[in-house]
Amino acid sequence: MSVPLVSAGEHPVRAYPPRPQAVYFYGTCLVDLFVPEAGMDAITLLEREGIRVIFPDNQTCCGQPAFSSGFPDEARQVAASQLDLFPEDYPVVVPSGSCGGMIRWHWEKIFADDPARYAQAKAIAERTYEFAEFLLHVVGFNRPDQGEPTTVTLHTSCSARREMGTHLVGRELLAKLGNVTLAHHGHESECCGFGGTFSLKHPDVSTAMVTDKVAALKATGASEVVTADCGCLLNITKRAAKEDLDAGRVKASLPGEHLATFLLRRTGGQASGSN
Amino acid sequence: MNAPTPHTAHATRGKPIAFVSAEALRERVHEAINDDHLRSSFRGAMDFLMAKRAAQFPDESELVSLRSLSEAIRQYSLSKLPDLLEQLEANLTRNGVHVHWAETPDEANAIMLDIARRHQAKLIVKGKSMVSEEIEFNHAMEAAGIGALESDMGEYIVQLAGEKPSHIIMPAIHKTKEQIARLFAEKVPGVDYTDNVDALIQIGRQVLREKFEQAEIGLSGVNFAVAETGTLCLVENEGNGRMCTTVPKVHIAITGIEKVVEKLEHVAPLYSILTRSATGQAVSTYFNLISGPRKADEKDGPQEVHLVLLDNGRSQAYADEQLRKTLQCIRCGACMNHCPVYTRIGGHAYGTTYPGPIGKIVSPHMMGLEQTHLLPTLSTLCGACGEVCPVKIPIPELLVRLRGEAQSAPHPHPAMVGQGAGYRPLVSFVWRLWARIYAQPGAYRAFTWLASRFRALTPSRQSGWTVARTPLKPAPKRLRDMVRERV
Repeated sequence: MSVPLVSAGEHPVRAYPPRPQAVYFYGTCLVDLFVPEAGMDAITLLEREGIRVIFPDNQTCCGQPAFSSGFPDEARQVAASQLDLFPEDYPVVVPSGSCGGMIRWHWEKIFADDPARYAQAKAIAERTYEFAEFLLHVVGFNRPDQGEPTTVTLHTSCSARREMGTHLVGRELLAKLGNVTLAHHGHESECCGFGGTFSLKHPDVSTAMVTDKVAALKATGASEVVTADCGCLLNITKRAAKEDLDAGRVKASLPGEHLATFLLRRTGGQASGSN
Repeated sequence: MNAPTPHTAHATRGKPIAFVSAEALRERVHEAINDDHLRSSFRGAMDFLMAKRAAQFPDESELVSLRSLSEAIRQYSLSKLPDLLEQLEANLTRNGVHVHWAETPDEANAIMLDIARRHQAKLIVKGKSMVSEEIEFNHAMEAAGIGALESDMGEYIVQLAGEKPSHIIMPAIHKTKEQIARLFAEKVPGVDYTDNVDALIQIGRQVLREKFEQAEIGLSGVNFAVAETGTLCLVENEGNGRMCTTVPKVHIAITGIEKVVEKLEHVAPLYSILTRSATGQAVSTYFNLISGPRKADEKDGPQEVHLVLLDNGRSQAYADEQLRKTLQCIRCGACMNHCPVYTRIGGHAYGTTYPGPIGKIVSPHMMGLEQTHLLPTLSTLCGACGEVCPVKIPIPELLVRLRGEAQSAPHPHPAMVGQGAGYRPLVSFVWRLWARIYAQPGAYRAFTWLASRFRALTPSRQSGWTVARTPLKPAPKRLRDMVRERV
C-alpha cells in the first residue's frame, strides 16, 4: 500500500539562512569509526561548493545512544563536552538525521536544569542542520549528473522524517540527477528496525523489521540503496550481506551507500571509498 | 479525587493484575515473530487501517489544526481534572446516576459485585470496555457465580475462545474467518460450520439478542464523560452498546478517571478525530449520550444507572507533569495500527491489557515497573505512533523517560511504582564507562584509534547484531584521520 508522503510531523517548516562562508562539520561517532567515507564525501561536497569546512578535532558523540537508552546523566556528560566546539556563529552540519535530531531537539531537554549550558545548547541547536537538508536548501546543490543511467532506491531515516522534517530532501536531491531513476519501495515510511540498542536488546523484532525492509528495497529492482543515515545504512547493508553470505552469493544483492557518497560520485567528484 | 464510598469500604487492596512477567515478554515476542500466519494477518489488517485513516485526512492542514485542538482540549481537561471529577459527580448525582470511586481493580469489581448482588443478577451483558478488561471484570464476576457476556462481536469471539483482546478497537483482529467459523461450530450450540461472514454475524446476533432480554445488568465503557452536563458518551458501531445501556434494568458504566471533559462542545472535535483515527470512519454508526436512568414518565431505559470511576495508577501518572500526558489518550488505537513492532508481534505478545505504543506508556503506571520494565525498550523510537496520535501524546519521549525510570538505580522517592526494576549494575557501569571515554576527547581518540588499528581483532559475534547481520568492523582510517590527510 502507499503511505502518504506528507508527514504530519511537528517541525515541517524551517527558515534557511543564506549560504555561509564556513560551516562546522559534526561527523558523528558512528561515521567516524564505521563509515568515514560518508563523512569525508560530505565534506568534499561542501568544499567543492566553496564552503570552508571546520572539523573540530575534539568532537566525539552527541550523547544520543545513552539518552535514548534511558541514561540521561551519561548523555549529558558527553554532550556537555561538545558544547564549546562551535564558538563561531557558523552552521553545524551533521551527516545523520538522528544525531542532528539529538542536537536540535533533545540537547535542550538534557540541559533544562543548567541555564548556562541550556542557552549554549539551544543556540547550537538553532544552527544545526542535517547534511542533505543543508546541501539542498542552504547550498542549493545543483550539479550535472555525469554517471551512467541507473535506478536506485532511497531509505529515509525515521529521525530525518519525523524529527528533522527532512523526509523529502533525499528525493529532491536525487531528482536533480538526470540519469538517476528513483524506485520507491513498499512501506517506505516504515522503520528499518535499527533503533540503536533496540537491535541488540530485541534481535527478534529488529531482524524481522530489517528483513522486511531489505526485501522491499530489493523488490524495486534498484541497483543500490542510498540513505542519509549511517545507522540505517549499516543495518540494511549488513543484513543484506548476511543474506548473501547465507545464500552463497558473491555479488552483493543490495549494495548501499550514503547519499553524500552517491551524489559526489555522480557529479564528477572523487569519492573517498575505503570500504 | 478518591472519595471513599460505602461500597469501597470493604474492598481489599489487591496488587495490580499481572498478565505477563517482564522476562516472559521475550518468549512471547519470539513466538509471535515466528508465527507467519500472525505476521501476515496483522500486516494486512494494519495496512488496511492505515489506508482508511489516511483517506479520512485528505487535507493535512485540517488534520494539523484538529490535532492541536484535540490536544488542547485533553490538556485543558486534565489541568482541571480534580475539579471536573467533582463537577461530574455532582451533575451525574443530580441526574440520578450513582457515582462510585475505585482506587484499584479489586475495589472496582467489589463495587460492581455489590450492585449485582443487590439485584440478584445472574447475567451481566457487556458492551465493549477496555477498563473492564483492565480489571478482569469477567473473571471477578464468574468467580462469584455471575455470568458476564461480551456483546461486542469481536469481544464475543475473544471470550468464546478464552482469549484476551489483541487490539483495543478490534479485539479479534488476530483471528481469521475460518478460525471464527470453527470456534462458533464448536462452542455455540446447534451451529454448523460456516465461514460466511454475514452468516457468522447473524449467529452472534441471535445468541446475543436473547441475552439482552435475560440480563439483569448491562455494562458499558465510556468514551467521554461531560462534567458540566453529567453526560456519558459512548461511541460504537454495532448497536450492542445501546442495547446494553437501555434494555437491562440496571446499567453500570465504568471508566478511568481521565476520560472527563468539561463541556459538551469539547466532545465534538474529540469524537471526530477518534473515529477517523481509529477505524477511518467519518462518524461511528452509534453515538450514545447517557444522562441518567429512565424518568417517571418515560417508557424505556434502565431504572438504575451507576458510574464507576477507576484510578488504578492514573493518579500516580497525573502527579508527574510529563507522565500526565499519557492520560490524554482517547483510546483510538492509531498508534498500534502504525507501529512496526505491533504489526509484527500482534497484541497478545505484550501481555498487557493495552498493547502497542500506548500500552507501553500506560501499563507501567497501572501494573508497576516490576512487570513492565522491558516494555518501553520494545521500540525503535521511530516516532510513527507520536506522528499519528490524535491528541499528540509524545509517545517516543515518554518511552525514553520510562526507560530511564526503569533502568536507573532505585530512588528513595520514586515517581512511579517499581522504579529501578530494570536496574542492572553491569549495564549501568558500561554506560558510565562509555560516558567517561566519550566525554573526554583525548580518551575517545585513543579508544577509536585502538579500535581502528586493531580492527582485525573485532569480535565476529556481536550480541543481537550478528543474529541477522554481518559484523560491524571499524574502518581502517577514522574520519578524523581522513580529514587530517586531506589536501
